[in-house]
Amino acid sequence: MSMKLLNLLRRRTGSAPVARERLQILLAHERGLRSQPDLLGILREEILAVVSRHVVLDPEKVIVRMDRGDAVSTLEVDIEIPNGFEKRLKVAS
Amino acid sequence: MAKVLVVTSGKGGVGKTTSTAALGAALAQRGEKVVVVDFDVGLRNLDLIMGAERRVVFDLINVAQGVAKLSQALIRDKRLESLWLLPASQTRDKDALTDEGVRDIIADLRTKFDWIICDSPAGIERGATLAMRYADEAVVVTNPEVSSVRDADRIIGMLDSKTVKAEKGEQLKKHVLITRYDTSRAARGEMLNIDDILEILAVPLLGIIPESQDVLKASNVGSPVTLNNASSMPARAYIDAARRLSGETVDMVVPTEQRRGFMNRLLGRRAA
Repeated sequence: MSMKLLNLLRRRTGSAPVARERLQILLAHERGLRSQPDLLGILREEILAVVSRHVVLDPEKVIVRMDRGDAVSTLEVDIEIPNGFEKRLKVAS
Repeated sequence: MAKVLVVTSGKGGVGKTTSTAALGAALAQRGEKVVVVDFDVGLRNLDLIMGAERRVVFDLINVAQGVAKLSQALIRDKRLESLWLLPASQTRDKDALTDEGVRDIIADLRTKFDWIICDSPAGIERGATLAMRYADEAVVVTNPEVSSVRDADRIIGMLDSKTVKAEKGEQLKKHVLITRYDTSRAARGEMLNIDDILEILAVPLLGIIPESQDVLKASNVGSPVTLNNASSMPARAYIDAARRLSGETVDMVVPTEQRRGFMNRLLGRRAA
């Protein structure tokens, strides 16, 4: 209680408590992202492996993107397949 | 046994090179055999802070590429017998440094010195990761300021994942060194205070270096601040930090600004 009072008093004079609060929120978020080391990289590799079993494709043309939202996050996979892939499909299978 | 210490921060301009020189000199003054290694390829400055800029002949890259022997590149400090410098190269090719090259040099230095202090470049790119790669301990330098603390947090994450020690599942010992601290501004709530920073970073404190004109004075003349004026506030704080690095328990003193008294100001004299 007394700490809160102290903080309130301090808030009126200095900007440091704002700095502290902003940092705490930001770092909690950034650490969360860091703790999944390259989740996108892993997903990309595995998706690439599965798709290229059936279709010949350029690894450079596989884009995996993740958008994090508050309630839902979306995973977007964009794979460009060259024309005439069906022919190669027969060869591959 | 030799210890490899990386001085790092993420953000530039927070005092990595100043701290490397000051801690290196303080440890050497305690009789330890110390080498300070500049990893800032292309933008070397440790030579200048150490006052050895005119004595550089060979550098880290030359040794890594086998152009020069380690003994040819090492520069002995003129003031302290047991203090040495391994300068960085001014070459623009920052890719000249390889993981294997650094590994071999560090291994060689381990046989010759008690302390190998690696001055990291700013950023999180190759130079910074190579500087920390073979470290046993790390000093994370931060200012009491949001962007610096954020970058320090990022670097701490890298120390825990990208170093050889971390990859082996061992614990790399980390310390936070808070530089440019202004006690009175922190007390007024204008600056993040020590507790705020330690709570956010959750890494033990190595020392608090006060904001001081003595740091600039020392760099002007090319002397580590611990040698230039050993009784100054920042020098005393660095000397205490060096003692903690060598395992001593030293009370943490929050530096208090010495205000110029009314009479001194009136007479235009400077407080000591």
